[in-house]
Amino acid sequence: MGDNTLVLSHRVSEWCGVAPVLEEDIALANTALDLIGQTQLWLGLAGEIEGKGRDADTLAFRRDVWDFRNVLLAEQPNGDFGQTMMRQYLFDTWHLLQLKALKGSSNAQIAAIAEKAVKEVTYHVERSGDTVIGLGDGTEESHQRMQKALDRLWPYVGELFVSDAVDQALSAKGIAPEPTSLREEYDTAVNAVLAEATLTRPDSDFAHQGGKTGVRHTEHLGHMLTEMQWLQRAYPDATW
Amino acid sequence: MVEEKPTLETVWGWLDAVPDPEIPVISLTDLGIIRDVQWQGDTLEVTVTPTYSGCPATSIINLDIETALRAKGIEKLSLKRQLSPAWTTDWLSESGKAKLEDYGIAPPRPAGGPQHCPRCKSAKVERISQFGSTPCKAQWRCQSCLEPFDYFKCI
Repeated sequence: MGDNTLVLSHRVSEWCGVAPVLEEDIALANTALDLIGQTQLWLGLAGEIEGKGRDADTLAFRRDVWDFRNVLLAEQPNGDFGQTMMRQYLFDTWHLLQLKALKGSSNAQIAAIAEKAVKEVTYHVERSGDTVIGLGDGTEESHQRMQKALDRLWPYVGELFVSDAVDQALSAKGIAPEPTSLREEYDTAVNAVLAEATLTRPDSDFAHQGGKTGVRHTEHLGHMLTEMQWLQRAYPDATW
Repeated sequence: MVEEKPTLETVWGWLDAVPDPEIPVISLTDLGIIRDVQWQGDTLEVTVTPTYSGCPATSIINLDIETALRAKGIEKLSLKRQLSPAWTTDWLSESGKAKLEDYGIAPPRPAGGPQHCPRCKSAKVERISQFGSTPCKAQWRCQSCLEPFDYFKCI
């Protein structure tokens, strides 16, 4: 959860100061801010459970690509504004379902973070969904761009629902939901928005994988981390 | 150095005088983010809940609480963060809502939008964006006086 919000937050923050209109610039920066706040909570908890004295900052700035466990969707480049918003919508819809399930986690700290985050993400998905509809069912140009964004990003959706041994162990203890259990509700929500946006969902549900396990990230993550971690790499332990 | 421990009521009174760093017309107690104040032995324990998890004011708020209480002679102080139950705009005090409106920020309403323009009171208002100058605010505009204004959004 923490790597997903960290990586996506950084991606979204890349728009700060250069978004198409002021309101969108502010909205993107706010979304990035919510996600980075959630990152501090998730990675803080992860470091605490690990018990090796690593805090959220250490986990964010002192790990390289192969140690990141975010889904490949989160690290995809921004592309144009439409592609950014399509990525956001596809992620937000899953994020909200996941957080709603985590509110009932048997781990009280996880449940508390989810309870806080669900309120913020409700606003995220409202905006990204509205924007996908507005641009998809917009001009010929915006429609084409949104369809292209959907076609490009759809192969990264499936990984959100892939279940491995860790997920099964978490689910057995009531800590987190089985990823597969969220798929039906996700499809229902996404299909409704795509229909309203006059966009066509790709036929194939082929899914790129390797982000969540850390086995094979896309080339984009390494480039992103060199920028995000530049200061700590050049001046370890720098503070001000 | 205080001779005797001040009562909790006194401490709440002090906290009521600490302004929110982003919206200084309301106090931290108006905002409803001070969850609890307790004495643990001779240490004063103040429990604070964040409004939004990424709110940059959180660390300033903690600093302001510490500064205010130290100025009153509190030496042993512990600040705790509590996430659950998550902060909700329902905890804004009625006086806090009135002060917000006087300041030009429409207070939150369960209906999900402002009742009227905080300046001219016209009910003809429209939403510009759910995301505003801080995580807790949305941008709205009055269609009568044409002024844009902040709306403290409901969470």
